[in-house]
Amino acid sequence: MREVAIIGAGITKFGEHWRKSLRDIFVESALMAIKDAGVDHIDSMYVGCMSGGLFVAQEHLGAFFADYLGQSSIPAVRVESACASGGSALRMGFIEVASGLSDIVLVGGVEKMTDAEDVTFALATAAEQEYEVFHGITFPGLYALIANAYMKKYGLTREQLAMVAVKNHKHGSLNPYAQFQSEITIETVLNSTLVADPLRLMDCSPVTDGSACVILCPLELAKKYTDTPVKIIGSGMATDTIALHSRKDITSLRAVSLSAERAYKMAGIKPEDVDLAEVHDCFTIAEIIITEELGFVEKGKGGILVEKGETSLGGRIPVNTSGGLKAKGHPVGATGVAQAVEIFYQLQGRADKRQVKNARIGLTQNMGGSGASSVVHIMEVA
Amino acid sequence: MTVPKYWREIPQRYRLEAGKCKKCGYIAFPPRQICPECKSQEFETIRLSDKGKIISYTIIRVPPKNFSFQAPYPVAIIELDGGGRITAQIADASPEEVEIGSRVRIVLRKIQEEGKDGIICYGYKAVLEK
Repeated sequence: MREVAIIGAGITKFGEHWRKSLRDIFVESALMAIKDAGVDHIDSMYVGCMSGGLFVAQEHLGAFFADYLGQSSIPAVRVESACASGGSALRMGFIEVASGLSDIVLVGGVEKMTDAEDVTFALATAAEQEYEVFHGITFPGLYALIANAYMKKYGLTREQLAMVAVKNHKHGSLNPYAQFQSEITIETVLNSTLVADPLRLMDCSPVTDGSACVILCPLELAKKYTDTPVKIIGSGMATDTIALHSRKDITSLRAVSLSAERAYKMAGIKPEDVDLAEVHDCFTIAEIIITEELGFVEKGKGGILVEKGETSLGGRIPVNTSGGLKAKGHPVGATGVAQAVEIFYQLQGRADKRQVKNARIGLTQNMGGSGASSVVHIMEVA
Repeated sequence: MTVPKYWREIPQRYRLEAGKCKKCGYIAFPPRQICPECKSQEFETIRLSDKGKIISYTIIRVPPKNFSFQAPYPVAIIELDGGGRITAQIADASPEEVEIGSRVRIVLRKIQEEGKDGIICYGYKAVLEK
């Protein structure tokens, strides 16, 4: 296997892009990444997108995006793993470069959600249709089931859940690409409307349009394009049962711990070696459990971790310096790639006001459904 | 929803028919072709118990479109006596009455009406044992 580096990145502002289409936002971030890397061609392309079909009635997205990028001869494939589509696309690009099949690969992630007639319905297709969605459950509802069981088992408080949103909004206020760049308080969260008890509106990631891209190449070629390439040293993926109720323990996310274990093993590092992480906080409870599954804190202590400020900028292990899904926004298929863009900027020292000092190793964790897919990548300054 | 898509799930929706692995006893609901525990492909058809307890629950306050007239409503993960877990609504209960660990009984109820033609979908819900 060849070593693989990221040599350029691009990202649109996340938010409501009423004047821009699915193709517009993808091409915007792709051109930005191509310019950042300074490449004059692309050999191949993978694009993560959860549901072009349901959000904007466009499928056949590999050819669609290659065409609008002026690349309509290269191999191009859309990758789908629900909200883990972006991370899965990155993994496919990594594999293609590592294998030696292609040298310059563009990995994109994109979602145009505000055009959809029924976002709740489209997102619910990531759950088991006949045995979960049929009974009237929603995605906030599934994570609420996890939250209630977890709170009862470990004594996590409602305030600790709120602290995840408060922290991520604070980080988002420092990110010019974030959908929400305003700070909030615990009271803002606790006074927001109930969506699915115990989760409130401000526990939930928003509906977002956005796109992100990175350019991959073999490490041996990377210095030709940039003085500061970022090496991908670990890639791990895992799956779990599609229905939440089929899992033995709904207070843990087994696919997350397995995908992390695989990525740590490939990278030859331990959780304590990680300087910062971008994780899938689609709902506040998810970040609490993910920090445990990644090995940043022992099981049941995720609430204390955020309460102590250890996951805040300046803390022991800053989590979601971009603002996370909560504040940066969650254009579902774009999220996994956007996480990689944030870690790339951080490891290059380009994260401005939200820069983590002396960051050398960063981790991304991208999740699909109620935890049925998880993709972890570990990156290091080359 | 087309009629066959609804119709083929009726044994599960109306009667809680599941598959029990003949080798390791794993209970698959809905039935599966391969046992996720021991990889056996031999199952016998059983009916899950109509009694169980709540593992976790939530109150859906922002519902999908076809459930809008029902909100707010409780949904729970229920572990049935003798094995098998399902996701189901808790019927005839106010949100404050539902708790983790509560005992429930499974009943047949109308679940939703789908689409413009309005296929009326029936299936299992749970009620609290009092």
